Formats: sequence, structure tokens, C-alpha cells
Amino acid sequence: MKKIWVIARKEWAEVFKNRFVLFTVAFLPIILTALPLIILGVTGSSGEMGDVSDEIPSEFVQLCNNLDGSECMQYFLVSQFLLLFMLLPLAIPVTIASYSIVGEKTTHTLEPVLATPIKTIELLAGKALAAVLPAVIATWGGFLIFVVGVLFLSVGPGVVDRIIDPLWLITTFVLGPLLSIASVSVAVMVSSRANDPRVAEQLSMLVMIPLLGLFFGQVMGLIFINETLVLWMALVLVVVDAGLIFFATQLFQRETILTRWK
Amino acid sequence: MIEAQELTKSFGDNLAVDRLSLKVEEGEVFGFLGPNGAGKTTTIRMLTALIKPTSGRSNVAGYEVGQQDDQIRRNAGILTEAPGLYERLSATRNLEFFAQLYEVEDVKGQVERYLRMLGLWERRHEPAGTFSKGMRQKLVIARALLHEPKVLFLDEPTSGLDPEAAKLVRDFIGGLKREGRTIFMCTHNLAEADHLCDRIGVFNTKLLALDTPSALRRQLYGRSVVFHLAQDGSRFSGVVEKIPFVQEVNYVDNKLVVNVDKPEDQNPILVRALVEAGADIQFVGEVRRSLEDVYLHLVKNEEEKENTLHN
Repeated sequence: MKKIWVIARKEWAEVFKNRFVLFTVAFLPIILTALPLIILGVTGSSGEMGDVSDEIPSEFVQLCNNLDGSECMQYFLVSQFLLLFMLLPLAIPVTIASYSIVGEKTTHTLEPVLATPIKTIELLAGKALAAVLPAVIATWGGFLIFVVGVLFLSVGPGVVDRIIDPLWLITTFVLGPLLSIASVSVAVMVSSRANDPRVAEQLSMLVMIPLLGLFFGQVMGLIFINETLVLWMALVLVVVDAGLIFFATQLFQRETILTRWK
Repeated sequence: MIEAQELTKSFGDNLAVDRLSLKVEEGEVFGFLGPNGAGKTTTIRMLTALIKPTSGRSNVAGYEVGQQDDQIRRNAGILTEAPGLYERLSATRNLEFFAQLYEVEDVKGQVERYLRMLGLWERRHEPAGTFSKGMRQKLVIARALLHEPKVLFLDEPTSGLDPEAAKLVRDFIGGLKREGRTIFMCTHNLAEADHLCDRIGVFNTKLLALDTPSALRRQLYGRSVVFHLAQDGSRFSGVVEKIPFVQEVNYVDNKLVVNVDKPEDQNPILVRALVEAGADIQFVGEVRRSLEDVYLHLVKNEEEKENTLHN
């Protein structure tokens, strides 16, 4: 465990000196948290909305239950941003891992590290931890700020109750870390072939395509994100993560790195 | 301290190392010479347990490669061919990181010791990316020594350095030799190998020769003594040719070059014969063939053999 932390601390010391990575890790959560809060603030000041059942999908209206029109509209609007709390744990690890792994390739520092008594799994775990932990902290921290913000900006307590229900909590605290693990695994596989961290990052960002599909599906009313869907996503992700970790571990063997990572 | 028996490595159809067998004793500086692509780096990687051999066995510092790899990594230091550094991190931070991976007990103490020893202490807080080539090389040497390894593997330690920096590194290696460290060194600098190495191995996928530089010279060229005369050398070649132990005589202008087995015993006889024949001897010395001559001879011979086989 000690060496995993040594690797992770070194990664943070080095990667966060890169302004681009720092921007992604620091500002992306701020922007994605602020956006729904700004919308909340604007809708909150627009006064009572009355009956909004004609303006939002019927499946969502059922979720509103005893919420009044303004609360229901606010809840509907901020629900669109639920997916942002899935975007953060995907985007941040990709950025960190791409710069971390491809950076080591281009500076030829992997071989001296592999020459030490560190186990390959410790090295991979250290790099994964360095990428996943900031993403998870940013996601959970962003969500907590979001909850506090909703507390102050929502038109009624019903909105806050809805965003701390199982749907949001599973999405943030279960799906988030699982998405981060998937993201890092993809970044490892892509980085083994890429020689430029920006190329690795851009290719690894393809891991966000399913999420974007979900987002547009929701906006167009084709998909409705509920607890059942989120639970299924978590289960699928557990299986997918296991597979990705296996493939990433195979690619991260000493001999493979030294002879095939060019 | 280092032993390889029939060590072989293939990458698919490409045979990189072909049945290498050698032994390096404790405290020895061993030079491993060969052209680019000969398999030297692959050999070092196998000996330091970075890659697995296709067949054969080896052990380093008493530990078997393939079975006690962690122990080998704890007891071997390696200066890789492309010695990378974390450019955004300071010299201190670079070394502290590796000291922790090598499980060094007194990380700060050891880092300070080597930074001072290599003249990098004053710049310890500066990012490694701001260092000159010579300073970077010193920093990576420090990195290879932090855990006080019994065996050092140096892959082209003076490659790309200016003469001053190269001399600093060579002097430092000389100091390590005097300390009794075992050093396995790959180098293209034959003068450096001649100066530093106790024995050398000439390698091109397989081992072509292995011995001390002097022994290799003797094996290929024998020993030659040169007499600088006041007169033309051709006048006295006949005199020397008649002496039984003389193998060959050549002359160029006023220089007479005589091939013999034991100059220490036979020189006085040669001097007497020349003086009695009327020669005025200005200087006497042994002709020293360069290691480059030996290396090129061996490598070219092997290439010619390979070409003949293929034809």
C-alpha cells in the first residue's frame, strides 16, 4: 500500500503542475456545479409557475407527486444536470491518466521505475488512484456544494428532498467511482499506443459517448433516468470495469511496456 | 556477481540475444561492447529482470533471475540508455521518489549524500528539466546509487555528454571501481572501455570475444616493439629478421616495428643486435593497438562470416 501512495503522490506533484490538467480538475467541477445552480436561481426568481404538467414529460410529472408547479419545474430542470455528475468522474481521470502515462513514455521514466522493486500492480494501482481520487473528490464535493446551493436557491424544500433521494445518491456515490474506474482503464489502454498526451486524452474521451447518448436521449424525452436504470447501469459497470481492469492490467506488464509501448 | 548461462532472447522471429554465457566477478568493471542493435540493452534488461529470457539462466548478486526478481532489483542499480527524469519535479523530489521505491531507510539523508557527492546540492530545489545534459546524467547516476546496490548496470553512461561532463562521469565511475563496486557497462566509447574496464565482451547478438583489453590485443595482433632510429629502418631489418624469436619485421622511414612474444625479455637482445649493427636508437616503445582496432576486427570478421553463410 505504501508504494501505491508514493506513486499517487508523485503523480499529483507532477501532473498538477500542468496547467491544462489543473484547469480540468479545478474548473470543470465548478462550472458543472454552478450551471444548474444558476438555472435554479433564475427560475426561482421568476415567481409561481402554476400548472406545468403540459410543459414537462408525463413520466416526470408522476415523480413530482406533492410538489407544486414551480418546484416541479425546478426539479425537472436540475434533473437534466444529473448526468453532469456522471460526466465529471469520466472526464477528470481521462485527463490525469493520459498525461500521467503518456508523459512517462515520452520522458522515458517508466523503465527506471520498473527497475525498482515495485510490483506492476502497485504501479498501476498508484496511477489509477492518482486519477480516480481527484475525480471522486471533485464529484462528491461538487454534489455537496450543489445540495447546499439547492437548499438556498430552490423555491421549496421539495426540490432538496428529491435531489438527495436514492436516484441521485446512487448516481453520485456508486456510479461515479465505477465510471472513474472505467475511464482510467480506457486511458491506460489508449495511452499504451499514443505518444502524445493530448491525443491520448482526446481518444480516451470517446468513453463519454454512451453518457452523451444518454444525455441527448433524456433531453429529447426518449430516455427517462430513474432508479431502475441507474441500478442496471451500476451492475453493468461492475462487469465492464472488471473486464477493462483485466485488459488494462495485461497491457501494463513490464515486458509489454518496454517492448511494445513505443 | 553476475552470471549468465546460454541466455537467449527472441522477439518473434527476431533473435536478439543468442546463447550468451559470461561471468562477472565481484568488484570487476565489465565492458559490454557492440554495434547499435546488437542486443546489449536487451541483455541488461534480462539481467535486471525487466524482461524474461526466452531460454537460459542468469543470476545477479546471488539471486536467480526469474525467481528472485525483487531481490535483484533491490541489489542492482541501473542507468538506462535513455535516462528519463521527471522534468517538473526538483532534483530532490526526483531522488526522494526513487529512494522510496527502493525502500531506502534514510531517504532524506541518502538523497542529500548523493546530491552533495555529485555537486548538485546547490540546485536541489530546481526542476530537473532546467538541468544541463551533464547535470541530468549525474542526477540519474545518483538515482542508480541511492539504494547502495552491489551491482551497477550502466547503459552508455557518457553518451551525448560534452568532453568535460564525460570526464566527470568517467572519473566518478573510476571512483566507484575503487570502492569495489561491480559494474556492467555498455559503451560505444572504446577509449573509455579501455581505460575503465577490467575485461570486455564484444557482442553482436552473440558473444564474439571476452577477455582483458590487453589479452584481446595480443590474441589478434601479438605484441610489437617499435624502434625509432637515427637512420633508415630498412638498413637494419635484415639484422633483426635473423634473430630466432622475431615473428615479423616491418619498417616505415626510420621506424622499425618488430613482432615478438615477450618484449620484456627480448628487447635487450634486439637493442644489442641493432647497436652492434651500427644503429643509433633514439626511442624504444611497445606498439599499442587501440581497442577500436580489436573491436572492428572482431565485428567485421563476424559480419563477413554471416555474409558467407547466407551466400
